[in-house]
Amino acid sequence: MQPANLLLLTLVLAIVAYWLGYARSRSLAMPLGGIRHLKSLPFYYGARAALWSGIPALIVLGLWAAFQGKVIQLIVIGGLPDGMMPASQGEASLLLSKISNVASGALPPGFAEAPIVDAAERLKALQAQSRLLMSALVISVAVLAGFLGWLRIRPRLNARAQVESILKWVFFACAALAILTTVGIIFSVAFETFRFFEKVPFTEFFFGSHWSPQTALRADQVASQGAFGMIPLFTGTLLISAIAMTVAVPVGLLSAIYLSEYAGKKVRGVVKPLLEMLAGIPTVVYGFFAALTVAPFISDLAASMGIEASSQSALAAGAVMGIMIIPFVSSLSDDVINAVPQAMRDGSLALGATQSETMKKVIFPAALPGIMGGILLAVSRAIGETMIVVMAAGLAANLTANPLETVTTVTVQIVTLLTGDQEFDSAKTLAAFALGAMLFLATLLLNVIALKIVRKYREQYD
Amino acid sequence: MTDQRSQAEIVRQSLKRRYRKERRFRAYGVLAIAIALGALLTLFTDIIGKGYTGFMKTTITMDVQLDGEMMYLDDPTDERQIKMADFVEPLIQALIKEIPGATEEQRNQVRELINPYASVALRDALKANPEWLGTTQTMTFLSHTDVDVYVKHAGDAAYSIKLNDQQKAWVDELQERGVIETSFNDVFFSGGDSRDPSKAGILGAIVGSLLTMFVTLILSFPIGVAAAIYLEEFAPQNKFTDFIEVNINNLAAVPSIIFGLLGLAVFINLFGMPRSVPVVGGLVLTLMTLPTIIISSRAAIKSVPPSIREAAEGIGASKMQVVLHHVLPLAMPGMLTGSIIGMAQALGETAPLLLIGMVAFIVDVPDGFFDSATVLPVQVFLWAGSPELAFIERASAAIMVLLTFLISMNALAIWMRKRLERRW
Repeated sequence: MQPANLLLLTLVLAIVAYWLGYARSRSLAMPLGGIRHLKSLPFYYGARAALWSGIPALIVLGLWAAFQGKVIQLIVIGGLPDGMMPASQGEASLLLSKISNVASGALPPGFAEAPIVDAAERLKALQAQSRLLMSALVISVAVLAGFLGWLRIRPRLNARAQVESILKWVFFACAALAILTTVGIIFSVAFETFRFFEKVPFTEFFFGSHWSPQTALRADQVASQGAFGMIPLFTGTLLISAIAMTVAVPVGLLSAIYLSEYAGKKVRGVVKPLLEMLAGIPTVVYGFFAALTVAPFISDLAASMGIEASSQSALAAGAVMGIMIIPFVSSLSDDVINAVPQAMRDGSLALGATQSETMKKVIFPAALPGIMGGILLAVSRAIGETMIVVMAAGLAANLTANPLETVTTVTVQIVTLLTGDQEFDSAKTLAAFALGAMLFLATLLLNVIALKIVRKYREQYD
Repeated sequence: MTDQRSQAEIVRQSLKRRYRKERRFRAYGVLAIAIALGALLTLFTDIIGKGYTGFMKTTITMDVQLDGEMMYLDDPTDERQIKMADFVEPLIQALIKEIPGATEEQRNQVRELINPYASVALRDALKANPEWLGTTQTMTFLSHTDVDVYVKHAGDAAYSIKLNDQQKAWVDELQERGVIETSFNDVFFSGGDSRDPSKAGILGAIVGSLLTMFVTLILSFPIGVAAAIYLEEFAPQNKFTDFIEVNINNLAAVPSIIFGLLGLAVFINLFGMPRSVPVVGGLVLTLMTLPTIIISSRAAIKSVPPSIREAAEGIGASKMQVVLHHVLPLAMPGMLTGSIIGMAQALGETAPLLLIGMVAFIVDVPDGFFDSATVLPVQVFLWAGSPELAFIERASAAIMVLLTFLISMNALAIWMRKRLERRW
């Protein structure tokens, strides 16, 4: 049975368990003189039986579905004759895709070696077996556990307390998933990063000023050694982010000031949702706009002024990214400005200061830490932004500060290295994870500092 | 006395300058808003201007003579014969008949006006209606993409017209006679991706997006709400709870591409799940949207006044009953609003899906959660990278469809917030 159908079946079984539990509690209560002699309401006996049946079955189903693919792959690879045993992980994945192509019928068996065809047969058999076993196991666990839960229903049993404590643990597990996600991120990038540093020296990655991740297909190839210096990537990222911030900070901040201090309720009611619309537009749309409209416009403009500009200039990607970040800066600054106590505003105005003087000399200094926090968050978003730069920035890793030239960024390289055909073992793909680790650390640092500043600021005026 | 008067004088004298500064400051604010809104307007007009023609298709309507001899076919019910038969020839002959000046020698030029997939359409039509063999039928086919581009963008310098002057003259005349027409592009909404822009559609991407969103929704909403309930109502004040909160806040700001790396390393490499399937996409997007949903659900729970809790506790409800029977229903509108906004984010997300392989060229409309699929924003990305302007037109049209989805989701969220949220 397919996992999705099995999931539905498990839910159906849990509902059946609920009704059986409900009915049993009532029938046990009858001779005692009605359900008021039960420790809990019948609903809780039913819910308890349902949880007993459903939770273990779901856990088994989840684990089986998660690991069956890997286990089957290992068995299939292990069953190959000695001569075909893959030497590396890269070869293994190549072999596996060949086997699964034969199994799915995409590759006619006549075009593959006999052991591969055998392996494909074995793969199909194992998959069918695994599905059968999984169905049998999940159904029997659901039925057995449900039956046990049902059997143990007694009038004195405090079903409500049990159900509530199980639920509480389920809620806790959901909250703890956040930790699991973080751990997952750290481990998934950390492992590959360590393996990357086994192949490429530490110093080259951090201090090398040359990035060209072509690794050799043959040993005697020209330029067989890829270069993995991340400095050009980081300067490229910083250049584009800096351009984005020079657009986003003044525009975002000034519009937030205008909206919170000057604009009437009506104007605010119209302009604010429109600004937020900018935040709701998918980044791929901005990328499209940057690559196909803004970039040609900039290079034409530069050409008409006699300056040479690349058709994938950093300026185009940065400017469009800035537009994307405007609502982010403006809504964060808006919150911060509104949090400054009205008394400070009134005091300044009462002394005869104009509104702009109040803003510049009183409110802005008071709100500055919060605004800085907001800007740091915006910077972290600019650094991690992917689609705009993938579409509008180039691939050439130039070490330059000229916004009209092409630069590349960390995120662009991650996407380029990991899309398309890849072996999982080469320094090339591992480099993507190393870059990911750097990106994660950089944004994490910015976020932690920014959140701390924002929180501290909030406490100041609460 | 004199001192005071002179101070007042100074203030008065400086007033003009200060008011000027005030006006200038205000003008900066207006300018900033104008820049932001101008950018929004430019973006929309640019995309609509580039893409509205994507909603039109160019067709050729002609009388096709289904001559068995010409097609090497005498029994349309025979699978083998129909596979071998020539369905291009009747189309060419029909079109030559429609063009007065065209001769048999110009057949290759005529052929270039017909879409390469038209013969497939003719074959399918004959397969469905075997009795048509030997008759003449009036049928409508897609034109070649080059004709489509010429008809829509003849005056536009950005588009390179690939037709020669002879062909242009033919197309002009056929258009005048109503043989070549433009109409609403139903192909765009009923097909999957294709190498031929005229044949490319977004149905596959829309279905892929829906499947992915379904997985995301059924996972992220219950988990997010449960996590929010735990953190707001049950979590003890300790280091571990703080740690969970720090994690959630940080995950909300982690770049989306990092979630793609996580998906690649954990779901695909560790668990051996297949690439480019909606389930894996949904799982990755779930992890990505969870923080948003948790944060907004917590805000919704917080806004339920303590008097409700106290009243329920006062008549003997347990903590869990207070939460599930009273707090949760009252917080539900706020939670749903937050989730819709989170789902809108997930629907527009592209970067993590690139890493888990949802960028493959997929022609078929996916028919399950484990079937290779692509999603709407990735389809936009794929078409936007094409050198052919006809695909750029499709990409803009797809963006309009995507934005329509997103704007209606956000409008729904705003409407729900206005309609259902109670002020205490």
